[in-house]
Amino acid sequence: MFKNKKNNKPWFLYHANLRVKTLFIIIVASLILISIFLSNFFINPNTALTTDFSNINQAPSFEHIFGTDWMGRDMFVRTILGLGISIGVGAFASVISTIIAIILGSLSSVNSVADEFVASVIDLFGSIPHILLIILISISCGGGFYGVILGVGLTHWTPLARVLRAEIKKIKTTEFIKLSEQLGKSKWWIIKKHIFPLVISQIIVGVILMFPHAIMHEASISFLGFGLSPHEPAIGIILAEAMGYLSTGAWWLAFYPGLSLLFIVLLFDLIGENVHKLLNPQTTNT
Amino acid sequence: MNKKVLYFIRNKTIHFILLMIAVAIFNFILIDLSPIDPVNIYLQQSSVSEAQRAALEQYWGVGQPITTKIWNWLINLLQGNLGTSLIYRVPVSQVIIEKFEASVVLMLLSWLISGLIGFFLGVVAGKNRDSWIDKIIKIYCYILQSAPSFWIGLLILIIFGVELGWFPIGLGVPIGTMESNVTIWQWLARLVLPVLTLSLVGVAPIAMYTRNELVEVLSSDYVLFAKARGEFGWPLIERQALRNILLPALTLQFLSFSELFGGAVLVEQVFSYPGIGQTAVAAGLQSDVPLLLGIVLVSAVFVFVGNLIADILYYFVDPRTKENESFDV
Repeated sequence: MFKNKKNNKPWFLYHANLRVKTLFIIIVASLILISIFLSNFFINPNTALTTDFSNINQAPSFEHIFGTDWMGRDMFVRTILGLGISIGVGAFASVISTIIAIILGSLSSVNSVADEFVASVIDLFGSIPHILLIILISISCGGGFYGVILGVGLTHWTPLARVLRAEIKKIKTTEFIKLSEQLGKSKWWIIKKHIFPLVISQIIVGVILMFPHAIMHEASISFLGFGLSPHEPAIGIILAEAMGYLSTGAWWLAFYPGLSLLFIVLLFDLIGENVHKLLNPQTTNT
Repeated sequence: MNKKVLYFIRNKTIHFILLMIAVAIFNFILIDLSPIDPVNIYLQQSSVSEAQRAALEQYWGVGQPITTKIWNWLINLLQGNLGTSLIYRVPVSQVIIEKFEASVVLMLLSWLISGLIGFFLGVVAGKNRDSWIDKIIKIYCYILQSAPSFWIGLLILIIFGVELGWFPIGLGVPIGTMESNVTIWQWLARLVLPVLTLSLVGVAPIAMYTRNELVEVLSSDYVLFAKARGEFGWPLIERQALRNILLPALTLQFLSFSELFGGAVLVEQVFSYPGIGQTAVAAGLQSDVPLLLGIVLVSAVFVFVGNLIADILYYFVDPRTKENESFDV
């Protein structure tokens, strides 16, 4: 169809190879996410979210594309602000979880006692339903904003730690590690020079795929009423608030914020998948 | 064979005991770190004399070293005494048993429904690989896996509760009736939407897993041979593939008890279903420490049972592991 338009600029993607397409998807998705996150700093909640009681509970229209809430605030602005908070919490939680996963993953490679210890800690964290664990940790940190961040951050490392532990075990049986040990290299040197370069791609993909989980759990926990204070525009709080207005038929209060959250989660999944494709090209075309 | 069963039981028992002790201590330390003052919560701002306050502090162990507190709590736990709930003012075990019954009905029903539908969808998708029906099922699973389960609950509430008006919104029992006077039909009507939500969410992982397993089995040599003999369509799937994928799918479904519990917490909150999840949230929000600790312990037992059944399926029911085992010994 586009054969005779080969050099037509807007269609360059149609003929681009998989690598360029993958990169393009990653860049576009990241730009959307970053702009949502940054908009948090540029929108002033005090001026953008004015209460306007002549305009309450409006159904979606061109003026307010997500409708307005019971105080006449524009739901689109509230949703964007909420998503910004969610991405921020997700980022912070992923950083904490990654650090823990890397520390525990490398600890498991030291000796069998340490390995057993790491395995049982993973087992312990896996034996309690995730939501209850986050509730417990956020209570033990005294609740509030930091309670939620720490609760989400301290519980998402288990899948990555499990993968790292298995991967490191596999790498340690290879011959070049044995050789290095014979040559008298220190354990730290082996970790830094031999193991780390081989697991770095898994860490990167693991971190990106951790994001959506962290965001969802943050939303769930604030939906349940833990942590973030009611006047923060977090998605979970918006949805919890919307529950009170459902019976009056204000469906847009719940529908659009949740849909945007789903959109964000799918974007992160998309980025994760495509980064995985870029970093492990050998598994792409199977 | 008998020896193997004995080993299995012994290992699992030791594992269970160690895990429970670890979970109990871990939770206790976490709660102890929090700035909650149990005496203040117990009193709820009512005024008491200094002497009464001191007696209460003694009872709750304020100011004791944490090792003493853990020890006392563990000893009580061994005697089956989980303490008294601060918000319900009855023994924790009584609250948990009552609420857990309601939740088990919810979780069991959605577990069964999601398992059956998920397996069916997975088989349909895997059989018609790369067709439009496969693509629809894949997209459905992908979205459901990424969507927050409480949002799905809200949408279902909007559609069936508000717009269509088929089901009541919120409240475990109708207004004006006592909890003990609820008829079975009223109670079932409250159960439908939570079960529907949990099932819809639970379908996704099992369907995806079944689909991928089936695709793998269908590309194996013995299926190719069966096709060469002239088998095709459903009989082929039924005779060659179904038994191979049924057991892993069942195992996965048992391993999902943890997510099931987490989903139940959120869904119960959305539909105001008076189960263990809603109680856990209430206990957490109102700092009812004994109740929260009790619920976490019960949930850990629940998850352990799921994993145990999955292990039993893997070691004892799967005929392939049986055969391998006899070669090893």
